[in-house]
Amino acid sequence: MIKLKTIFITAVAVIISSQAIARDQIKIVGSSTVYPYTTVVAERFGKQGKFKAPVVESTGTGGGFKSFCGGVGVQHPDMTGASRAIKKDEMELCIKNGVTEILELPIGNDGLTFAHSIKAKDANFTKAQLWKAIAHDVVVDGKLVKNPYKNWKEIDKSLPDLKIEILVAPPTSGTRDAWDDLIMGKGCDEAFKKLADPKNCTKYREDAAVIEAGENDTLIVQKINSTPNAFGYFGYSYLIANKDKIKAAKIDGIAPTIEGIQKYTYPVARPLFLYAKKAHANVIPGFKEFLTEYTGKTAVGSTGYLYKVGLVPNAKETEEKVRDVATKLIAMKN
Amino acid sequence: MNNKEKEIFLRKRYSAEKRFRFFGISSIIIALSFLCILLINIFTNGLSAFSRTEILLKINFNEKKLGINSSSTDKEIKQANFDEVLQDALLSLAPNAPELKQAELMDLVSIDATTELKKFYLKNKDVLNKTAEVAVTLSDDIDQVHKGNFPRDIPEDRRRFSDFQLKIYDEQSSKNKIISEFNWPFIFNADSREPEIAGVGASLMGSFFTLIVCLLLSFPLGILAAIYLEEFAPKNKITEIIEVNVNNLAAVPSIVFGLLGLGVFLNYFYLPRSTPLVGGLVLALMTLPRIIIPCRAALKAVPPSIREGALALGASKVQTVMHNVVPLAMPGTLSGTIIGLSQALGETAPLLLIGMVAFINVVPSTPLDPSSVLPVQVYLWSESAERGFVEKTSATIIILIFFLAFMNSFAIYLRNKFEKKWS
Repeated sequence: MIKLKTIFITAVAVIISSQAIARDQIKIVGSSTVYPYTTVVAERFGKQGKFKAPVVESTGTGGGFKSFCGGVGVQHPDMTGASRAIKKDEMELCIKNGVTEILELPIGNDGLTFAHSIKAKDANFTKAQLWKAIAHDVVVDGKLVKNPYKNWKEIDKSLPDLKIEILVAPPTSGTRDAWDDLIMGKGCDEAFKKLADPKNCTKYREDAAVIEAGENDTLIVQKINSTPNAFGYFGYSYLIANKDKIKAAKIDGIAPTIEGIQKYTYPVARPLFLYAKKAHANVIPGFKEFLTEYTGKTAVGSTGYLYKVGLVPNAKETEEKVRDVATKLIAMKN
Repeated sequence: MNNKEKEIFLRKRYSAEKRFRFFGISSIIIALSFLCILLINIFTNGLSAFSRTEILLKINFNEKKLGINSSSTDKEIKQANFDEVLQDALLSLAPNAPELKQAELMDLVSIDATTELKKFYLKNKDVLNKTAEVAVTLSDDIDQVHKGNFPRDIPEDRRRFSDFQLKIYDEQSSKNKIISEFNWPFIFNADSREPEIAGVGASLMGSFFTLIVCLLLSFPLGILAAIYLEEFAPKNKITEIIEVNVNNLAAVPSIVFGLLGLGVFLNYFYLPRSTPLVGGLVLALMTLPRIIIPCRAALKAVPPSIREGALALGASKVQTVMHNVVPLAMPGTLSGTIIGLSQALGETAPLLLIGMVAFINVVPSTPLDPSSVLPVQVYLWSESAERGFVEKTSATIIILIFFLAFMNSFAIYLRNKFEKKWS
């Protein structure tokens, strides 16, 4: 009896410790925007049969960096997806924990769309108008007041006579980060910045005009579809996947198109990144092959998987530069 | 009080009773109708995911195109390229299609179509150099049209499939070449980015392993703790503090246990991330107080006369407890355990932090392989943009509800079957 027990316990201990030492599978964390693309590549990579398909977690950009920068070693993830470039404090955390050689791969672009039901009339907004509709406080006649606008028409006469109703993502979402950066930050009044802390540009109003709708973008699409007056913002991929239900409004007169997002002429476009640890390249089987696949023509090319999941591929020169970084493992400068 | 007053008083009492009954019944009806709305919604959305749409293609298994011959081993066949024969068969659906439209023809079938052809060939090797009709899974866009989940009468640029693809589909449909089958891959496959081949197999296995680990740990620990606390522990300040804490732990939000798991199991013991082993450990911590509490209640419900009788006959304290009290408390203990486990089955929040909310493309074979669980699969698919995942989300909920209902009714069965009535 005792013998059996010792055998069992040692067996468990051996299995656990051997697992901690060797890992035959790539681990990827990070942004939920990059997640659909990474999973497609991971799946195809696994189907080739040479290596196991990588495990891909959707932790959000910030959470991804936190565990990515946790250190070098098999218990830490090998790569992380990000819907923005790495921040200075995240870089410092990485260096502090010994993650000094990082590959930075700008893999493509994401456009945010401000969309409404296809039953509604086409619309066009400027960044300033959108800011006025969403902001918590605005400046009226030189005074800082709580956002008084209930109807689009009150903001500008050229806008439709509709009640303002906007579904927004919660503060934890990367989509909201991007929106705040590109619309709320840039559309913010000069007058407002003088009267109040410019940080408050990204503060949303708390009345019925702006509704926090949760992380689930599919749900926002459904709500927009059922209420014709409502607008919402989300990634370009959701617009493509739901073309039968919703359409995008123009922003500053520009409708979201692939080209516009690629060249950032469409005002709400952002680059997407994958960060990888060079130190893991020779330790984790399939690491280099996966990066090659990830930046290959069938993946990020103009009709590749990246395009198919609704993200927007890079322009040709960037595409090749990124491929170089991936195949030659060129670490970014700290 | 005269007769008339008595009558009025009586009538009041009766009507109060009637009102009370009415309120009781109507609250049950309201609760039931909410449940019905939920179930109807899930079932109408999800049932179609249990069928999959296939197209019958005439495939010519040409030796030269496949690069194999009749003496090829299974391994060689698995490495052979079936793309070309599939392409030929698809192109023959519209022989005069311009080159631009040919890519649309390829997109009609699932990316797993060549794997299906390989499987078919491995089973029917005599079709070499012959033409055979093989059922191949259609891509999810066409699948959704076939099931009526995607409207087809809207302008072309608002759909995910072209007029051309729709025309081919209608042609084949009128020739009865489009068939529906029970969706076995949905039950057995792992997650995929392609809705038509995505399945709950991996998360079913993940849930199974996680629950086994959870049961193996929390059941013995929970029962021993409950027996000691109830039967042996002296009643003093320390046991009181323990009791309060156990009750408190049962009410702690589950995400806290996830944080604990991240800090202790992953960052301190370096257990592998995203695995059912760690998931089971975390859920066991969460389930433990939920087992201890009903178990103690079951022990408390055993009448003292049983203990006194056993002690009077000369049994020791341990004998009394183990031979007489615990067996009688077993039904309540077991049903408490099962209900605790079924709560663990539906848990996602703590698993988020230990990396089980992940895309996993391989069905796990041990508790040490990365894996997700059923409720996590529901969450992941509900976030996906593709239309095909809407029905998959509801179908996974149906499977989850089925398992929960099964476990809970098993708990009720155990209780009714073995429960002793003390009168």
